[in-house]
This record gives sequence, structure tokens and C-alpha cells, in this order.
Amino acid sequence: MSLKVKGISKKFGSNLIIDNYDFEVTPEQISIVLGESGSGKTTLLRMINNLEKVDQGSISINGVFLVEDGVYKSSYDVKAYQHKIGLVFQDYQLFPNLSVLDNLLLAPISNKMGSREELILKAKELLNQMGLPDKELMKPRQLSGGQKQRVSIARAMMLNPSILCFDEPTSALDEQTVAKVADLILQLQAQGMMILIITHDRTLVELLGSRAQVIESTSFLN
Amino acid sequence: MMESLTMLEPLLEGFKTTILFFMLTLVGSIPLGLVLALIEQKLPKWLGSIIRVYVYLFRGTPLLLQMMFVFFGLPFVGIVLGRFESALFTLIINYAAYFVEIFRGGLNAIPNAQYEALKVLSIDRFTGLRKVILPQLWKIVMPSVGNEVISLIKDTSLIYILGLDELLKTGRTLANQSASLLPFVYVGVIYLVFTGITTLILNKIEQKIED
Repeated sequence: MSLKVKGISKKFGSNLIIDNYDFEVTPEQISIVLGESGSGKTTLLRMINNLEKVDQGSISINGVFLVEDGVYKSSYDVKAYQHKIGLVFQDYQLFPNLSVLDNLLLAPISNKMGSREELILKAKELLNQMGLPDKELMKPRQLSGGQKQRVSIARAMMLNPSILCFDEPTSALDEQTVAKVADLILQLQAQGMMILIITHDRTLVELLGSRAQVIESTSFLN
Repeated sequence: MMESLTMLEPLLEGFKTTILFFMLTLVGSIPLGLVLALIEQKLPKWLGSIIRVYVYLFRGTPLLLQMMFVFFGLPFVGIVLGRFESALFTLIINYAAYFVEIFRGGLNAIPNAQYEALKVLSIDRFTGLRKVILPQLWKIVMPSVGNEVISLIKDTSLIYILGLDELLKTGRTLANQSASLLPFVYVGVIYLVFTGITTLILNKIEQKIED
């Protein structure tokens, strides 16, 4: 089980951001891409999540390709790939008009992943796991930053992804909440979830400790 | 008193026409404006410019002129519409042009990351539009839509130019017949009551959307 990135390159105009870069995410270790703003780490995350096109290279999860040698797969295969990956946005991007529960239910219902009743049970279980059992009817605006983030994680997990990506997960959180986020990430990894984190926060790296492999974004340009 | 009552009947007849045009124009122009704004988002720039030209034409010329053009001008190219149809058609496409702009602005105000969230969650376009984008859009555009709705109540009076007996025209006829300004007072009061009720309804809708 792994996310494989092989030989990917990305240019914006004449500005080369990532050059023939390889890396792999496995369940054994949390993968952290560490680097300063503008170093290309968010671009890498966006390419892995199909929000940005690669110029060349391959990306696959458990042998299901999003792009192979620079050629994107059919929409059917891309959908299969996207079901294997979840993204927690830097600013969470919960749907503000929907309740917490409906935020969790929208994607699995739209993807016909079970009956509404089954999915409600699953959503409630996940909210319990995230320590938010009493928030299901609230709107995102009624939650704190840390709570929004946990809802965002639960929303991504509703699709049973193999890998969960975090874009700057601690950028808007206080020290105490950062420690809670680190705990939660360690728990998820212990349950077998592959984890990829993009961050510039060295405190988070320290908290995740020996279970993390750290990739410096300076290595994107060989 | 008796005179006032005899005036009321024709005024209410005129008001019925005003309401009819108001309702039909809303029913036609809001969906048309929304659909065009959504289409414009997806079109390549050069195709989208067709919608931009339409918006420019209908926002850049007087509604009265557009009505005259539709009724008197279109027959020259073989399109003959009756007075009622000409007035209604013009009101709908004129107001739709304003609504396109309002909805376009609203769609641009929704963060791109919301569309990206829909994409990474593999939520299909129709569900995403219905459950996430449109509810947010309504919340953003409701004050501007409300303004247009109130303007429309008053703009329906322009259909007099095609000989249709709406409220204001009926008031003018009665004023001429009775050599009195009283019918205009009644007309003003009826417009105020109607815009008042409409404003209350719009406020309720806005509150409901806020919740």
C-alpha cells in the first residue's frame, strides 16, 4: 500500500517549481514535506490531489494511476484514484450552508456509498472519534478552528481513503490545539491510514517525532 | 367618497396588469439570468463575450427604447409580437441582463477552494451546484436581487408605451377624466403598499437564507 510519485515536474511559465521528483508515502511512516512558502510544497500537494496538472511524471495510489508518464487517465480511473485520497484544506473549506452532519454526508451520498441511515451512523461514529459528538447539527461558523479541522478530517474519512493529506494543518491553531492535532494524526496513522502533511511548522514535526519521515522541499529541484 | 370608490375599480384593474407583468417577469428573468451566469462561467472567453455583449446592450439602453424596438422594429425582420408579448419579452430579457451581472458577481465571490473541495470529494457537479454553490450564491446576491425586484415594480409602468393599461396609465386616464390629482395619490399609495409588502417578503427570505 503506497502513494507513489515518480519523475514529476511542474513549471509555471518559465519558473521551474519541481524537477523530475520522486517520493513515496507508506503506512509505516507519516510523510511530512517541510519547507518555506513558495518552495512548491503546496503545488506538489495540489498535483497529488488532482487540483493542478503535472507537466510530466506519474502519480498512483496502490497501483491506481491518476497520471502515468504525463498522460492523465480516463475520468473513470481518475474517480477511482480520487476515492483513495482525502484532503484536509488549510482553511478547512467546510460547506458553510450545511450542518456538520450534512458536510459529512454530502460526498458519500453523492457517490452512492450506502443508504442514508448507514452513512449517518458512520458519520456519527467519526464525529465521536473526533471528539465532536454534540456538534452534528451546528453550522461550521459556530465551531472553533480546531473543531472545523476535525470536521474536515471526518468529512474526508467518510470516503474511506487510503491516504489523508493535510495542507498546513496547524497554521491557524494555538499551541495546545497543535498538540491535539498531532495526537489525532498519530492515531490515524496507527489505524493504518497513510498520512502526507505539507507544513512549515517545525513544532508539528517535533510532535510527530520518530514516526515521521521529513522531506525538505528544497529537494524538489535536485 | 363615491367618486373615490368609482376610481378604485379601474385602478385595481390596472394594478392586476402591473402584478401580472411583475410576476411573469420575475419568473422568466431570474432563472434566465442564473442560467446565463452559470453558462458564462463554463464557456471559453470568446463565447462568453456573446453574453457580455447581450448584457452591455440591455443595460446600456433605456428599457422604453427596447420595448419600442421589439414592438415596432422586429416586424421588419419578420418577427411580429403582440403588445403584451413585446412588453413581457422586453422586461424579461432586460431584467435577465441585470440578473446575469448580479449572479456573475455572486459566483465570483464564492471562494475557488469551495469548488476544489467539491472536486476532491468527488461530488458531482449537479449535486455540488444544488447543495453547496446555489445556497451560498443566494445568500450573497439576495440584497442586490431585492433591489432589482423593487425596481421592477416601478419599471412595469413603462409598458404604457405599448398601450397596455397598467396602474399608472389607468391613474393618468382617470386624472384626465376627472381633472383631479386624486387618482395619482391613489396610484402612489398602491405602489407604496405593494413595494412595502414585497420588501417584507424579501426580508423574510433573506432572514431564512441567513439561518
